[in-house]
Order: sequence, then structure tokens, then C-alpha cells
Amino acid sequence: MTAAPAGVAALLALADQRLPSGGHVHSGGVEEAVRGHLLTDGPTLRAFLHRRLLSVGRVTAGLSAAAVGLTAATVGRLDAEADARTPSPAQRAASRAQGRGLLRLARAGWVGPHVDLVWADLGARPHHPLVLGCAARAAGLGAGEAALVAAYLAVTGPATAAQRLLGLDPVEVAVATLDLGAAVDAVAREAAAVALAAAPPTGWHALPDDGDPLLDLLAERHAARGDRLFAS
Amino acid sequence: MGLFHGDDPHAHTVRTGGPLRVGIGGPVGSGKTALVAALCRTLSGRLSIAVVTNDIYTTEDAEFLRRNAVLPDERISAVQTGCCPHTAIRDDITANLDAVDDLVERFADLDVVLVESGGDNLTASFSKGLVDVQVFVVDVAGGDKVPRKGGPGVTGADLLVINKRDLAPLVGADLDVMTSDADRVREGRPVALVSLREDPAAGPVVDWLLAELEHHRAHTAGAAPAAAPHAHA
Repeated sequence: MTAAPAGVAALLALADQRLPSGGHVHSGGVEEAVRGHLLTDGPTLRAFLHRRLLSVGRVTAGLSAAAVGLTAATVGRLDAEADARTPSPAQRAASRAQGRGLLRLARAGWVGPHVDLVWADLGARPHHPLVLGCAARAAGLGAGEAALVAAYLAVTGPATAAQRLLGLDPVEVAVATLDLGAAVDAVAREAAAVALAAAPPTGWHALPDDGDPLLDLLAERHAARGDRLFAS
Repeated sequence: MGLFHGDDPHAHTVRTGGPLRVGIGGPVGSGKTALVAALCRTLSGRLSIAVVTNDIYTTEDAEFLRRNAVLPDERISAVQTGCCPHTAIRDDITANLDAVDDLVERFADLDVVLVESGGDNLTASFSKGLVDVQVFVVDVAGGDKVPRKGGPGVTGADLLVINKRDLAPLVGADLDVMTSDADRVREGRPVALVSLREDPAAGPVVDWLLAELEHHRAHTAGAAPAAAPHAHA
């Protein structure tokens, strides 16, 4: 067994759901899927998580990887790329709310992402993947690690929400996310490769842009409800 | 019993500038929302107040406050807690901080922000990152053993409110036992025995809050002098 590469502790911290950046109030569509009886048990949770990984996971992994190389001059362009890949206004709001939360933590944790960018350059409510990429950079991590955290969070956040809402066996939920491990790795690897090959900012049009109308619809229906437990 | 017995109860950290942030926690049905409504009703004429609610289904408590017209709508903000009200006030306070920051941005003159937790259990308490001081509300009908059982809210809150004192004879609760048990575990921190039904102005809690506000202003670097008229009752 080889020693873990440098920066792994920071990687684990960024991927930790206990990181106080507001993720726990977002279900990633799970609450609405449970309401609609689309998500009812372990097998339907697995299907939901896999589907979310291949859409939201790919997109946020690509954006996070690209954000590692962000400069003050390119923030606006990557923000627009994120909007373009997030057609649901409710999902955009959820992404920006979580970006705001992570930015509060990042400001406290690191002086800035790097010499060509200060936290204020990101604005007050940046998309979550942009902040994640910058935080990864600040922590000494690269595009691959940023993509990995994004892809992982695309699965684990909703998994925890499903556990709370359905009272599923926590071990069953944990195993569902463990079984997705190879798929998470692959999504992150491919997204990071695209981001690293793309010349910023014009090359960013090639970043993953997989969509899922079902998740968009769930997000919009959820946002219209007055009686919701989760913010998204 | 007096409200202000014991030594200086102001051991909390004081943040620099901004309104006094007051957490209001306690079990379901103990009277948290009624207390928030009472404080707003009594104080909104002389202080600039805003409220953040953390309800199970988002808006129940906010709607109650709106219906009772204790504050204008735009001064009430409801946050979702992801099925976990305790996490939202202690372990990951992001959603609540965002709500407070938005209110502070909207109302530059805010004196007090009340953060009402979702109904939880006796282990609930607020993070110092979210509030300056916290009130824990229990009620007589919940049983006179509650103060003895303790928990971070009962023992550590800056003010323990024992509500529904008027119900004591009806439920066979011994108020002396409740207050002496509370005193024993609270190391001198104040306890207020109230009935929000009989005293809708929440007199003892208002007095405590005004004293905390004065302390907050005096110890807040760069804060404006306490120009707002607020006389102690």
C-alpha cells in the first residue's frame, strides 16, 4: 500500500457532510421525489442517486474542476456556464445558497484562493461548484480532487435526505453510496480531464452539460410548495 | 425569585457591531412562538426587531406571527431545516446565518433579531456563532421534573423561562420544586416563571432582554450609543 498523496486530509474535509456550509438543508430533489412516491425504498434510492450522479454530478464536477483555475477576469464566464447548465431557477437558487454558505467558511479558512483571485471576486452568491473549486485550490488541491468532491456530494447529500425522510436503514444507505464509488470516481475523472483540456474561458463550452428534466421538474415543483422540510 | 440573582451572567462572547441576536429554544408546545409574539408586541414600538423562524414545515410559526400582526411581513424570515431543527441551530447554522444576514442588510437599524428554533427536545441549544444569548422555554404542563432532568437548554441557557405557571394546580405541578431544581442546575443564571396567557406582555422576559441589549450595546465595539429610548420596567 502506498502512502496517501498530499492534500488528502483537506479533500476529506471538503467532502465531509458535517462541513458547516448549509448542505444539510438541501435534498437535491429527494423530498419531492418522496412526496411523489418515485423514491420509496433502497432500490429506488440507488436509481435516483445514480441518475443524479450522471447529470448534476457530471455538471458540478466539471464546473468545480474548471473553477480551480479561475481568475478575476473569468468568474463571470464560468458563472454563466453554470447558469446555462442549470435551467431550473430553483436549482440555481439552491446552488447559489450553498455557494454562499461554503464561501462563508472558505473566507474564514483561507486568505484567498490564490494570488490572482480574492474571495470578493466571486460575488455574494456564487454557484456552489465555483466556490468549491476555489476552496480546493486554496487547500492545495487540483482539478481532479475538486471534481471528485463535487461528484461525491451530488450523491451523499440526497442520500442523507432520503435516510431522514424515509427512515431507511443507515447501513443500506451507506452501502448504496459505497457501491456508487467507482461511478463517482469515473465521473470525476472524465469531468476533470475535460476541464483540464479546455482553454479558459472560451473552451469551457465543452464542460459536461448533461441535463435531467425529471430533476428540474422535481426542483420546480418542490420550490412551489409552502410545506417543505428542505430548502431544495 | 429575582431575575438577576447571581454574578455577572454575561459570559457569552459579544460580536462586533450589529443587533443583539437572541435564540429562543425549547420543546414543542412550550410557548416559544407565543413568547416571540409577546416580545414583538411589547417591544416593536420602541425597538427595531426582526424574527427568524425554524419550523418543521417552514412557515407555520411565521404565519402565526403574521396573522397576529406583531411584525410587518418583511421582518419575518422562515428557514428550512432539512428535517433536523437541531442541526440548523447548532451544528450547521448556515441557513440561519444567511437569514439573519439578509435581515440585517434589509434593516440597517435593527436592535434585536429573535431566532426561534423548531420545537425540539431538552438537548437542543444554539451555537454561539448564531446567537449572542439564548432563552430556553419549558412549560409547567410538561411536568415538574423537566428542570431536574436538565440538558443543555435547561442548564446553559442565559434565561430559562418556565411558562404556563397558571396551569400548575391543574396538572399537579409544584412550582417551588421546578424553580429550586432549576436554580440547582443553573449556577445562578436567571429563571423567569411566567404565564404568557395571563401576562401577554411577558414582563420579566422583556426586562431581561432590555438588560441584555444594554449590555450588548455597551460591549459592542464601534456600535452607536444607546440612543434608542428604552426604559427599564
